[in-house]
Amino acid sequence: MTERLHRLRVRARVLADVRRFFEATGSLEVETPAIVACPGVDAHLDGVPVELRPGGRGSDPIRRALVTSPELHMKRLLCEGVGSIHQIGKAWRDGEVGDLHEPEFTMLEWYRVDADADELMDDTERLVRELAAEHAGAVLRFRGREAPTAGPFRRVTFAEAFDEHAGIDPFEDDERRMGRMLRAAGVRPPRTATRDEMLDLLLGAVVAPKLGVGVPVFVTDWPKGRASLARVVPGPDGDRAARFELFACGVELCNGYWELTDPDEHRARFAAENAAREAAGAAPSPADDELLAALDAAGGLPPCSGNALGLDRLLMLLLDAESIREVRTFPCPVR
Amino acid sequence: MAMLSHVDLRKGVKVEIDGQPWVIIDADFVKPGKGSAFTRVRIRNFLTGNTIERTFKASDKVSPADVEQKSCQYLYNEGEDFHFMDNETYDQIMIPKENLGDSWKWMAENMETQVLFWKGRALSCDLPKAVVLQITQCDPGERGNTAQGASKPATVSTGATVNVPLFINEGDWIKIDTSSGKYSERVNK
Repeated sequence: MTERLHRLRVRARVLADVRRFFEATGSLEVETPAIVACPGVDAHLDGVPVELRPGGRGSDPIRRALVTSPELHMKRLLCEGVGSIHQIGKAWRDGEVGDLHEPEFTMLEWYRVDADADELMDDTERLVRELAAEHAGAVLRFRGREAPTAGPFRRVTFAEAFDEHAGIDPFEDDERRMGRMLRAAGVRPPRTATRDEMLDLLLGAVVAPKLGVGVPVFVTDWPKGRASLARVVPGPDGDRAARFELFACGVELCNGYWELTDPDEHRARFAAENAAREAAGAAPSPADDELLAALDAAGGLPPCSGNALGLDRLLMLLLDAESIREVRTFPCPVR
Repeated sequence: MAMLSHVDLRKGVKVEIDGQPWVIIDADFVKPGKGSAFTRVRIRNFLTGNTIERTFKASDKVSPADVEQKSCQYLYNEGEDFHFMDNETYDQIMIPKENLGDSWKWMAENMETQVLFWKGRALSCDLPKAVVLQITQCDPGERGNTAQGASKPATVSTGATVNVPLFINEGDWIKIDTSSGKYSERVNK
């Protein structure tokens, strides 16, 4: 059997296994739109623009976009009271191309009503362990790094991860110290990098490649400024976002939250993200008024936690692939 | 030439950074989820051969380097001036000896070479794997002495020196490996 056919078959079996996993929990599988008015409000994510001509040829086009994630629609479903839901669907992010990035990719996204972040991490760990046992001899592999999955996954805080792998306090250290630690790690930051950008570079180029080697690891307790749509919770060392990411073999696999439910806080976060977009010279993203209305309505968003996991990346680690293009059926035509 | 965006920065692409020409050996797109994006490249300098790492914001544009390789025939030299003919345009090009690295040592008249140019300036010259040159000076050959390892210095027509077996005489033609600069064998001409 050719390598390619083998990969296609593993992909198909993983999709079936994921569906079985969630069906057993009583979760409802849903499909939300690809073409949307509001692709997401993120400082660093751009929706792929779509020109729609509902009136047919010769009619005026209306500008829409492809979703950067199914999150906003799935939260509207949760507001409708449908209960725990999951989706295997595509997401699109303009301008992201690399060994771990394609503008189009497959996301597994799920929400559990009444669960907190710890329970979502437990779910995620169980899912990854089962898939790795079935398809990869219980070891995730990437670029010579290995992460056996049989034993319990590690959990460390954002602060602990930076301290351990970069000698940095991501909450207190200033740009000068970050610049020094970057250069010590062989990474020369661009001259115009802000503190936030240096933190991203430290995470992406120094810390992440070392995370989840030897055992997968969840990174928890993110900075308040990187809460996205996660709840912010006071802690012994200050406010922290109830956000977690799973890393294995140095690869970021998922991003999950104990979800923010307050509608006014949603408005404030959307405004802050758009302000950051404008400061970076990008057009603001349209606000999702329908989501805000659903959050405002009686009941609003029930307490829940959710996670978005990159299925292509998980497949890469199950198959020890060099690039995301090897596990997707055909590459995105970016050239 | 149009500026390059991060998706164009791949292995083998030639770029100009800090006014110097480089070739990309490795490129990596780095973007933590919902964070800013960067491109990290490992690049080698065409002039010095140095390899360094550079990190750009993914939104930065990079200049392509105007580096091209041309097929040129070596004609002759006058001291430090080496004269070539561009095989495509038939233009005569002069390249100073200092830009030819060690290649000048093995350049026989009418030899076909590949010359690397940057903004019209010749950077280096690639030769065929082997060249046949005539010995212009060496001590007399010792007939029958083919002892392994025994050798003597000899000068070839280009003025370069090469170690040859003791049986070689002035006037002999020898084949030389151009990448190592070593004697290969004697050739009958």
